[in-house]
Amino acid sequence: MMIFGDPTISLPIIFAVLLGFSILVYVVLDGFDLGVGLLSPLTQEVHRDKMIASIGPFWDANETWLVLAVGLLLVAFPAAHGTILTALYAPVFILLLGLTLRGVAFEFRAKAPAHKKKAWDAAFFAGSLMASLSQGFMLGLYIMGLQFTQVSLAFACLTAVFLTVGYSFIGATWLIMKTAGELQLKAIRWARQGLWGVGLGLIAISFATPFASERIFSKWLEFPEAILLAPLPLMSLALLAMLWLALQRLPTSNDSWAWAPFAFATTLFFLAFCGLAYSFYPYVVPEKLTIYEAAAAPESLFIILVGACVVMPIIFAYSALSFFIFRGKATELRYD
Amino acid sequence: MDTLILSRIQFGANISFHILFPTITIALGWLLLFFKLRFNSTQDGKWMEAYQFWVKIFALTFALGVVSGITMSFQFGTNWPGFMEKVGNIAGPLLAYEILTAFFLEAVFLGIMLFGFSKVPNWLHTGATVLVAFGTTMSAFWILVLNSWMHTPAGFELRDGVVHATDWMAIIFNPSMPYRLGHKLLASGLTVAFLVAGISAFRMLIGDRGASVRATFKTAVVLAAVLMPLQILMGDKHGLNTLEYQPQKVAAMEGNWETQGNVPLVLFAIPDEETRENHFEVAIPNVASLILTHSFDGVVPGLNDFVAEDGTKMHPPVAPVFYSFRIMVGIGFLMLAVSWAAVFFMLRKRRGVEGVPKLMLWGFLGMTFSGWVATLAGWYTTEIGRQPWLVEGVLTTAAAVGNVPPSMVLSSLIGYLVIYAVLLVAYISVIFYLARKASNKTGETLWAQLKPTAPINQPAE
Repeated sequence: MMIFGDPTISLPIIFAVLLGFSILVYVVLDGFDLGVGLLSPLTQEVHRDKMIASIGPFWDANETWLVLAVGLLLVAFPAAHGTILTALYAPVFILLLGLTLRGVAFEFRAKAPAHKKKAWDAAFFAGSLMASLSQGFMLGLYIMGLQFTQVSLAFACLTAVFLTVGYSFIGATWLIMKTAGELQLKAIRWARQGLWGVGLGLIAISFATPFASERIFSKWLEFPEAILLAPLPLMSLALLAMLWLALQRLPTSNDSWAWAPFAFATTLFFLAFCGLAYSFYPYVVPEKLTIYEAAAAPESLFIILVGACVVMPIIFAYSALSFFIFRGKATELRYD
Repeated sequence: MDTLILSRIQFGANISFHILFPTITIALGWLLLFFKLRFNSTQDGKWMEAYQFWVKIFALTFALGVVSGITMSFQFGTNWPGFMEKVGNIAGPLLAYEILTAFFLEAVFLGIMLFGFSKVPNWLHTGATVLVAFGTTMSAFWILVLNSWMHTPAGFELRDGVVHATDWMAIIFNPSMPYRLGHKLLASGLTVAFLVAGISAFRMLIGDRGASVRATFKTAVVLAAVLMPLQILMGDKHGLNTLEYQPQKVAAMEGNWETQGNVPLVLFAIPDEETRENHFEVAIPNVASLILTHSFDGVVPGLNDFVAEDGTKMHPPVAPVFYSFRIMVGIGFLMLAVSWAAVFFMLRKRRGVEGVPKLMLWGFLGMTFSGWVATLAGWYTTEIGRQPWLVEGVLTTAAAVGNVPPSMVLSSLIGYLVIYAVLLVAYISVIFYLARKASNKTGETLWAQLKPTAPINQPAE
């Protein structure tokens, strides 16, 4: 255990990084799943089938990252887990209803009698919408330190809308990569429209977060931090510009660069996430509980870490295998 | 109603709904592997047909299991924060290992198993099926390790009121784990056997006498006939283990109030906790002592030993444990009778599936979901039987509940109940729809004959 230095300091940091990583992977991977769900009513059924086929083999594994994130919060920071989830009782309930509807609609829309397909499509959209909005709402409340004031609720509504727009955007970039023809053209149009919302949302949250707490304000806007951190917002702006350019140029005749919007969008999500993580460190419950105070006993964290070090590379390997097998443009989902 | 009872009902509703689906996927994964391997070795299309029909139901069941499972992982935090604060050092790593070694494995390879048949070599598709089945079983292993530890905690010490792990082998292989795991895996096998037999019987009843349906029916009936005696043996061992570690639970299961010898086996009664006696008791003398101690005059602990001097009951509520235990055992013996009778008819004159009378097919159809009922009844026996403890001797349920307003819990509870009811109806009706569709060529018209008054609500596609 000593190779990590003082385990009461190093283990909470390692687990905070693991937790952050799981949330980020979830937000990107299930982000595009939910985004596809949000976009699904905008087009006709043939396209909808194709859109859902593009996420069919992946959604289950993608959602597992949320289970891992909640699991890590639960196992590594048990005190924070209870505080955060009891405070967010109502939005968590909406999230779970949404994920339930979305998940089962995948199966039911394909297996139920034809005349019920429309209803399950509606459930698929409604579930995706509920999950996206509630995640954004929880993010907003979390940024505001889990305070239930009018200002913080209004802010949470704002983040709910912007995260939903963000998910639709990354969903559209996924479709650009995974589809062709008319549907790809539509996805490019959706992405162009969504980009404005994403830019606006990033700027609004970036300006609002420092005013949520003095501590975050001083972490970002005092000298020399302001200079050292400048690359983060500058890179984000550059990515927005690259996204705009790429979406103007697409579609290309040989479908080159179809991957670019998704890759740029993922990088943008990553940068935004780093910004948030920097703002909150070392707190796991904003302004109340640090990761060191909330951490479970070192011997318990250590035994999880051993398992994680062995198993995580294997998970990466077979996840990569799955993405490799179902690479290229989405095809109809068939059991035979 | 207060937050405690509402939260308990909510968690009970969630876990009851959730357990239905893993109970199917755990064993159905291995059954699918059996179909696949039979196809690989015989190249007989009927096995692939069986695989392709049941893999659809597997996918549907799996999705319901995943979404209802996610709900539970959140509810530890939203409703039971005291659980993780007290025993998080033990529950945490066990849950983490479940996620890392089981959830990702099954989720990723499920995609390949469902949609990869035409995209990957046959060995990789078979391998994906193996890994999905293995993943579901690993998941059952880890969660039952944790559940068993809550019944028979071991390998820990209390420091400042918080549980700390001292011996992980003792935690994982805690006293009730092997029995509980074996009991659950066999329950899963039996649930699937009766599900497959019931749906196959349904397809035969609507006129599908195809080779594939007959093969699945035969496989399922033989599976049930083999597993049921094993389950009775395992149930007996599990009961003896419970007698050793949680005697108050066995006392409630038996409806036995006084610690005494020559305890009768109570077949039916109405237990009354106020007067502390059984009304309308129908019992066989000495048999409970015989089952539990293997001797007629063996002394069996009674419920009255578990009442504190101030009158606080430290035993579970008697009636629900008493009744649900009887429902479970009753269904078990019914399963034994039905599956052995069917095997008898199949062996008689070597007529195989054709030898099974039509009335028996109706019987199997009626028992399609009997495994669910038995599983839930067994689950209630053991979980309500652990009350008032959440972790036996360490943490009471009342001490773990979160401080959420009752109105909030009531709203979410109603929401869950509504959606669970809708999903359950949709699930069962889609299974029968898929069965009718798979038997379409001969099935549609005969279905109409079977139910002459009901309009066919499915136009053939």
